[in-house]
Amino acid sequence: MSTRTFKIFRGDKEGGKDVDYNVEVEEGMVVLDAVHQIQRTQAGDLACRWNCKAAKCGSCSAEVNGKPRLMCKTRLDDFPEGETISVHPIKAFPIIRDLVTDVSWNYEVNKKIPPFTPRKDANWVMYQEDMDRVQEFRKCIECFLCQDVCHVLRNHDKKDQFYGPRFMVRVASLEMHPLDGLDRTKLLKNEGGIGLCNITKCCTEVCPEDIHITDNAIIPLKERVVDQFYDPVQMIWRALTGGNDGNKNPGLQQKD
Amino acid sequence: MAESNSILNPNGLGVNQRHDAWWLSPLLTFLGLGGFGVYSTWAAFQGAHYEWGPYLSPFYSPNIQKMFGWSYPFSFAFVFLWIPLGFRGTCYYYRKAYYRAFFLDPPGCAVGEPAGRAYRGETGFPFILQNVHRYFFYLATVVLAFLWYDAVEGFFFRNEITGQREFHVGVGSLVLLVNVIALSGFSFGCNSLRHLVGGKLDCFSCTANARMRYKLWGGVSILNLKHMEWAWVSLFTVGFADVYVRLCSMGIWHDMRIF
Repeated sequence: MSTRTFKIFRGDKEGGKDVDYNVEVEEGMVVLDAVHQIQRTQAGDLACRWNCKAAKCGSCSAEVNGKPRLMCKTRLDDFPEGETISVHPIKAFPIIRDLVTDVSWNYEVNKKIPPFTPRKDANWVMYQEDMDRVQEFRKCIECFLCQDVCHVLRNHDKKDQFYGPRFMVRVASLEMHPLDGLDRTKLLKNEGGIGLCNITKCCTEVCPEDIHITDNAIIPLKERVVDQFYDPVQMIWRALTGGNDGNKNPGLQQKD
Repeated sequence: MAESNSILNPNGLGVNQRHDAWWLSPLLTFLGLGGFGVYSTWAAFQGAHYEWGPYLSPFYSPNIQKMFGWSYPFSFAFVFLWIPLGFRGTCYYYRKAYYRAFFLDPPGCAVGEPAGRAYRGETGFPFILQNVHRYFFYLATVVLAFLWYDAVEGFFFRNEITGQREFHVGVGSLVLLVNVIALSGFSFGCNSLRHLVGGKLDCFSCTANARMRYKLWGGVSILNLKHMEWAWVSLFTVGFADVYVRLCSMGIWHDMRIF
C-alpha cells in the first residue's frame, strides 16, 4: 500500500481547475480504480463516465498524463513511483463536467455514412479470407480516443470537413465487405475529407484495440480514392471499358 | 468554478501535458532524414569516386555514362536520383515522419502545433501530389532492377593479369547485396503496391485470379507490417553503400577480399 497523487480536472464549460487528490493505491490498480476511490472517499460529485471496466465499452476515455487512454486499461504501475498522475477529459470534444465530454458529434457523423447495402446478386456464402480485414475493424469499441488524438479534429477543429479516423474505419469495414454494393469513395473524398488526413498515425498509436487504423483502413481508402480521382491510367481504363467513372451517382453508386 | 478552463485547451507549438520524451522521436527523425538529405545531395554533386572495381555507388545507378558513353555537363547522378527521392518523399511512412519532424504538423501525438496556420492536409498543392506515389513505385522498381544488376556485378572482379572476369566475394560485394535486399524489402512492402496487388479487391475468394492476388496481398502485407523498419534500414544501407564505394575509390578504405 502506498500513496499517489492524482491531479484531476474539476469543472465544466464555464471553467475549471486541476485538483490534487492523494489516494492509497494497491498493486494491480488502474486509473479508473483510483478515480472510483476518489469518488467514494473524497469527492462524491466527481463526474466520470464508465461502464464495463474491462476495456470493452469504450466509455472511460480520458487523457492520462497528456495521452489519450482508457482509464480502465491504464495501470498505475505503468508510471514511475512518486509521479503525479494527471487525468483530464478528452480535449477534442466539448466538456460537460469534470471528466465527461459530449461526444454526440460522432453519432451525427455516423448517420451520414450509408449503411451496409448488399449487392443485388449477393451470394451469401463468405470465406474467412474475405472477412479477416473487416473483422479487425469490427473490434472498434467507439472510445473515440482516435478522434481525440487526431490533430485534424483536435488542433485544427475541422469537424465540419473531416469524419475522423473512427469513421474511416467504419467506411473501410463497409467498402471492403465482399457483399456490400455501394461505392463510398466520392463521399470519402468530399464530405469525409480523407485528404485532410496526413497519416501521422497517432490514431493507431492510441487505439486500445490495436486496430491498425492508418495502415489497414485509412491508407487503403486513400488508395481507392486515388484509383477513382487521381490515377490517369485507371481513369482512362474505366472510360474505355465503361467502368465506373465516379460521377454516375455521386458517392453512392453500385459497385461493378 | 471561476477559473478559466484554458488548461484543457492549450494551443501553440509544443504545448502538451505529456510526461514522456515525446520530442525524442521527431528529433531523431529530423537528424536522420536531414543528415541523409545533406549527405546524399553532397554525394550526388561530386560526380566522382562513385565506382571502384566492380562496385558502383547506388546513387549513380544505372551508370549511363559507362553504358552509353555520354558525357554530361553535370553529375549524372541527378538523371535518376529524383526517382528514389520521389518514391521515399511520397511514401506513406515517410510522410508521417516528415510531417511530424519537419512540418510539426503535429510534432507529436496530443502535442500542440504552430498557431495561425491554415491546414489543408493533402487536399491542396503541394501535398496533393502525394497521390502520385504509385507512379514513383513503378519507376523505383525499374531503378531497383538496375541495383540488383549492380549487386550481382559486384561479385565479378576483373583479373588484372588475365583480364578475365572472376567470381569473388569482397566486403563491398556484401555491402551492395545487403543494400539491395534492404531496398527490396522497403519497395515491396509499399502501401500502394499492397493496394494494387490485391487490397483494392473486396472479395478475395470470388475468382481464381482474386485468390492468387490474395496471396500476393498477404506477402506484401508481411513486409508492410515493418515498413518503417525497412525504410530506415534501407536508408542507412544505401547511404553506407555510397560511403563504402567512395572511400575505397579515394584509397581511404581498402576492400577486403573474403573469397
